[in-house]
Amino acid sequence: MYHNVLGKRVSRARFKEIITAMRNRQELIAAQLSRRDLIKMGLLTSAGYLIPKRGLSARWESPIPDDQPASPPTTPFVEQLPIMPVKQSVASLSPAPTVCPNTAINPATGFPFEGRTRCHQAFTQFPPQVLYQVVQQPGQVTMSPQLPTQTIWGFDGIAPGPTYHQTYGQPILVRNVNNLPLNNGGFGINSVTTHLHNNHTPSESDGFPCDFFAERQYYDQHYPGVLAGFASDHPPHGDINESLSTLWYHDHRVDFTSQNIYKGLAGFFLLFNQFDTGDETTGFHLPSGEFDIPMLFADKVFDPTSGLLFFDTFNLDGILGDKFLVNGKIQPFLHVHPRRYRFRWLDSGPSRFYQIFLTDLNNLSAHNAFWQIANDGNLLPTPVQVKSVRIGVAERVDVIIDFRPFAGKTIYLENRLEQEDGRGPTDNILRAGHGNLLLKIIVDLPTVADNSVDPATRPQFYSLPSATPTPRVTRRFDFDNSNGGWTINDQFMDCNAPRFTVQQNTVEHWILINSSGDWQHPIHIHFEEFQILSINGHPPAASPLVQTGRKDVVRLEFDTTIELFFRFRDFLGRYPMHCHNTVHEDHAMMLRWDIAPVGDTNRNP
Amino acid sequence: MDRRTLLAGLTVAPFAAMAYAWEARGGRREVPPPSPEREAFRARYFPNVVLTTHLGEKVRFYDDLIKGKIVTINFMFTACPKVCPRITTNLVKVQKLLGHRVGRDIFMYSITLDPEHDTPAVLKEFAKMHHVSPGWLFLTGKPEDIEVLRRKLGFTYADPRLDKDKERHIGNVRYGNEPLLWWAACPGLAHAEWIAESISWVDWPKNRPTGR
Repeated sequence: MYHNVLGKRVSRARFKEIITAMRNRQELIAAQLSRRDLIKMGLLTSAGYLIPKRGLSARWESPIPDDQPASPPTTPFVEQLPIMPVKQSVASLSPAPTVCPNTAINPATGFPFEGRTRCHQAFTQFPPQVLYQVVQQPGQVTMSPQLPTQTIWGFDGIAPGPTYHQTYGQPILVRNVNNLPLNNGGFGINSVTTHLHNNHTPSESDGFPCDFFAERQYYDQHYPGVLAGFASDHPPHGDINESLSTLWYHDHRVDFTSQNIYKGLAGFFLLFNQFDTGDETTGFHLPSGEFDIPMLFADKVFDPTSGLLFFDTFNLDGILGDKFLVNGKIQPFLHVHPRRYRFRWLDSGPSRFYQIFLTDLNNLSAHNAFWQIANDGNLLPTPVQVKSVRIGVAERVDVIIDFRPFAGKTIYLENRLEQEDGRGPTDNILRAGHGNLLLKIIVDLPTVADNSVDPATRPQFYSLPSATPTPRVTRRFDFDNSNGGWTINDQFMDCNAPRFTVQQNTVEHWILINSSGDWQHPIHIHFEEFQILSINGHPPAASPLVQTGRKDVVRLEFDTTIELFFRFRDFLGRYPMHCHNTVHEDHAMMLRWDIAPVGDTNRNP
Repeated sequence: MDRRTLLAGLTVAPFAAMAYAWEARGGRREVPPPSPEREAFRARYFPNVVLTTHLGEKVRFYDDLIKGKIVTINFMFTACPKVCPRITTNLVKVQKLLGHRVGRDIFMYSITLDPEHDTPAVLKEFAKMHHVSPGWLFLTGKPEDIEVLRRKLGFTYADPRLDKDKERHIGNVRYGNEPLLWWAACPGLAHAEWIAESISWVDWPKNRPTGR
């Protein structure tokens, strides 16, 4: 069955898509004309103004301009923000974990029980005290009451997966069991590798992109729970100033990471210690328990005909969704008490950058300040007051928001960073109320005790480790595009070919360069946190956007050169550096580097 | 490649062959049957346009080249001065690494971006010059059909200026397993061994994807 659209024949499904897109555009125009009224009536129907203008990519055959897949309409703020369950440990695992991989053949598959290929390097020194088993498997979820039940792939069958809590000094082992089906429902691959971003993890447990394992295999990952420096400059317990807190775990299967994360394979992993205790009456007195909420942001597209999650498999630039999810629900709401909360924000991608503001739709000119306390899960030396935070894919920001001034009001988390395609944001900040509303926060719960620290008193957290030691080598990395392949120093990903070797227990500087004005890249380096030494020759800014502190992802923005400081310590083996726009990552913007007792001094690897 | 080999390649029923191979190795699972997802994927990405091979055969893109197969797809043109010859040379190495599988259950396709110049005869000469073996087809067709294919298969730049510059055309090699909807891509100038290994990971059920 074909319909005639402006002289072109299109299928019935295509026709429906076009009509949906048009209807959404009309909705938008209507909303723009009478926005004030709509706000008052609580009838804001779309996530923001960007969406219907740009769907996924610019390459679709265009019977009409802007003809891109557009999700069916959904009503925002009708479902509560889900809070992921805390992952529970098990008393034992069968078969018991072993230092070297369990290569015994599973008679049911004809393959080894375990997919791991290397022995644990720190198992004997840090024997696991707590054991977990997590299963990668399909699950049925609803992301909006107006969309059909979706089949996701999740850790324990939920997306986001359960939240892990680990305490420093308590080594753990997580057994990943792959129960994913052959049938992917449209995208994704059932061989997986789980990266714990950005734990101080021995290589064989890091979730290296080619350490993937097959369905009906398991893979034991050992997380020693030790601070960086324990085996070198800060024996025996490591450097307290290298403490990590807000981590996330996600699939890292080479070439398929964007599909598998989009399908749901991601979750939070929180680390605690004697200061960041998870109890606001102790340590740094950070808001805790129900007042400490991880929020995983994701943007997605749904097929206009079936209403099912849609992934544009053949996209090369990056994928934007027109629906905004927090913890797996499209535009949920959250009731809060008038007190301080710690929110842990994560951009899970695949490609979008966010700049998040607190918006009061009844007072759009107000600048609602809050406190940033961490960068990429690393507490800053002291809280910094901000009006917004910017995050690229995989970046995390922990904030403290005091809801007392908003008692009785409703405020929104709003992304005001304009982005029109997957290559990166335009850097234009939209007017308040004209961005993407992510979460509705209703401050209507009763007053309760607040034993958390007031960030305005400028509490001191950790100090920054010194970044003055002379580097053994300064390496340069150019991030670019060559005939559609995303490159680092004009080369492409190859798991088999380490591009350089870092010498264990040394300091290095890495210079990351993006000489393009067309795209931006959130670059992630596994294993060690870095500090930014300079951005285009200037020291990193402390405000309005916080670029100081320790980090593990750096936004390589237009025409930017960034110099990073690293110490490489404690463990040996292979790790990657890659763009965390997962579509760029899957199209070769990744390299393997190794840590070994003897390294090289290759300056342009 | 002679006509007989080509037809053998096109008429083999890989679906049945794959299921058989899996069972033969003791596996219990079957290849997923035709599904709404597979149909949606076909409708969105694989227009069934008629192309002509470098051997002069008319083929339908989905029915004859993609359906039920493990394939690689890239775009090129014979007059391309720099990148295409290098990619083709690299893919010849990939073909050698994949060995006898190519043409039996892995199929390689190179589609010309210059169909007006790249007639079947020109493509045949190009294939011969590069010592291409059977199982790898060079394809031409109507310019408008080629353009639809290029867009649907995602060999485009978001930047329209860049997209018009044929010499900077997307040099990726898309690889995939059609029945399983497993699709990814490697740059055509990635190491040949790496490309071959990546393809082997969607070569189900012959290979089961596990890491090293």
